[in-house]
Order: sequence, then structure tokens, then C-alpha cells
Amino acid sequence: MHELSVTQALLDLALDHAKKAHAVQVTDIYLEIGQLSSYVDDSVQFYWDLISAGTLAEKARLHFHRTGLEMTCQACGNEFAPNEVTFACPQCGSEKVRVSAGEEFRLTAIDVERGPVPKVKVSQ
Amino acid sequence: MSERIAVVEKIMGANERLAAQNRRRLDEAGVFAINIMASPGAGKTSLIEHTIKALSDKHTIAVIDGDVATGIDAGRAAAAGAQAVQINTGGECHLDAVMLQEGLEQLDLPAIDLLIVENVGNLICPAGFALGTHKNVLIASVPEGSDKPYKYPSMYRGVNALVINKTDLLPYVEFDMDYFQRGVEILNPGVLTFPASCKTGEGLLPWFSWLRTLLV
Repeated sequence: MHELSVTQALLDLALDHAKKAHAVQVTDIYLEIGQLSSYVDDSVQFYWDLISAGTLAEKARLHFHRTGLEMTCQACGNEFAPNEVTFACPQCGSEKVRVSAGEEFRLTAIDVERGPVPKVKVSQ
Repeated sequence: MSERIAVVEKIMGANERLAAQNRRRLDEAGVFAINIMASPGAGKTSLIEHTIKALSDKHTIAVIDGDVATGIDAGRAAAAGAQAVQINTGGECHLDAVMLQEGLEQLDLPAIDLLIVENVGNLICPAGFALGTHKNVLIASVPEGSDKPYKYPSMYRGVNALVINKTDLLPYVEFDMDYFQRGVEILNPGVLTFPASCKTGEGLLPWFSWLRTLLV
């Protein structure tokens, strides 16, 4: 699995946003992970602890929001989670269904501590 | 006091931006590129060998081969008549846009018409990493079983073409083609499908013709 490279991408992205916000510390990281993106929470956390050491985001807590694979039936409108044997709609049996959720792999928010706001002199 | 900052950004955004750069570079050099993905043993290298032999009459072909450690596959591509570059991923289970960029550095791009990228044999990971190729192709093979779209849906989602290899084995193994294709159609409506056998050569002509239409 490739959790190391995605965790590095996650760290880069989080630090980028932290710096833009003039943060001195990132305390929490919120992730949305769809079932189809197939990442394992524990491995992301494991790599996170290693590679975030010495950065603004050291010891930040990772919060995983998991979204399952979801399909929408185009015949009856039913939304359902398919199993691994069939994608058919459990309500009407139709196979006219489409994937409607489960591919997300996003950083949704970070919690940061900001440093003292620099005083800006306004001269007139 | 901690403060929440909303971000909502794709974590693989950096890879996708680099993939877009790769695409621009390929376009500027007039190279058409395909990315071939499949589980180990599905027939990636065999399909590439057939493709090189069939299209080399009119087109210059290069292969970038992603492998965890060895150079066997690149050797086979070179023997079939293509310029071949081997990228050892050092244990990584997929190619990413950075690795493809490194591969492109080693090729004389303006001299190439078709670049075939052979991804690492894996039915999960390569789907998450855009490379910048023009078409993504998945090879499924009959002995793997017809339940694969249901078990590994992510691989079937983003591809432009699907080769169903080893059709010569259909009489000997249990493979419900209808069940397989129904799953594929749901995950990737209208995807081009090429049932073929790299062993007998049957069914490969439509695959070659499709590539030829993309190369003009």
C-alpha cells in the first residue's frame, strides 16, 4: 500500500494552509476518506507520527470521516450501499445504478493555534 | 485558543498538477501516451509486446516500465523493438506523476509517436495516481474471476478502455462474462471493452485499430 506517499501529500497540504494562516501549531486534521480510495487509518496515522515530527503539525490528531461506497438506482431513486457480490438495487432489483459517493479523499479542515498578531502601525 | 480553518482540498492535488504538466510536455512533443494497469500476471507485458510488433510498422513506440525491483519487463519491450526505460519504484506499489516525469527525462520525446506506460502490477493502488497519460487502460484476465469489478471497483472507475485477456481459457475456468460486464457497465458506463487472447492473438485486431485511430 502507498500510505507513505499519500501521508506526505497530506502533510504538505496541511502545512501549506497552516502557514497561510500564520499558525504556530496545527492541533487537529480532518479528513474525508471514501471507501473506494482504500486507505487504512492506522497506516496513515503511523506514517503521520513519523513524518510530521519537527513540523508545525507534530502530534496533530487525525480525524477520519469515512464515507462508504454509495449507489443511486436510476429506476426507483433508491440510494444504497452495494455489497461485494452484486450492485443491483435491493429495493427494485434494477441494475441501472450509478456510483454516487465513496471516491472522496479530501482534507476538509485543520485546527490551528495562531501566534500573537503583529501590531501594524497605521500612518495617516 | 485553537481555530478551525476550512480547507476542502483534494489530498492528491499536487500529484494531479504534476500529471497535468506531464500531459503538456507529451502534447508539445506530439506523443500520445497510454497507461496500462492490471493485477500481476494479467498480461500487461504480453499485450505491450503484441502492440509494439503490430504498430511499429508506422509508429515509433517507447515503453516506460514501472516495476518494484527488476528490469525483466523493460527487457521484453526492448526485445520487441521499442525504446524502453525501466523505473524501479523502490517498493512502491504504483507509478506516480513524479516517477513518470523522471521516465520522460530519459526519452527522446519528439521522436516518439506512442508511449506505453506499464504500471506496477496491482489492482488497487495505481487507480489513485494520475500520471498525465491520454488514456488509461485496465487489463482484466479471465482466470482472475468475474467478480473483480465488484471487489475492486476503484480500478474500473477511471479507465478509458478495458482489455479482457486470456479469453482462450474461457472453456476451462469459471468466468461469467455477463456478470462481469454488468458490473463494469455500472462502474464505468460505455467503457470500450476488448475481449482478447494474447496467447492466440484472437481479438487483438480491434485493440490495434483503436490505437491506430488515436495516433493519427
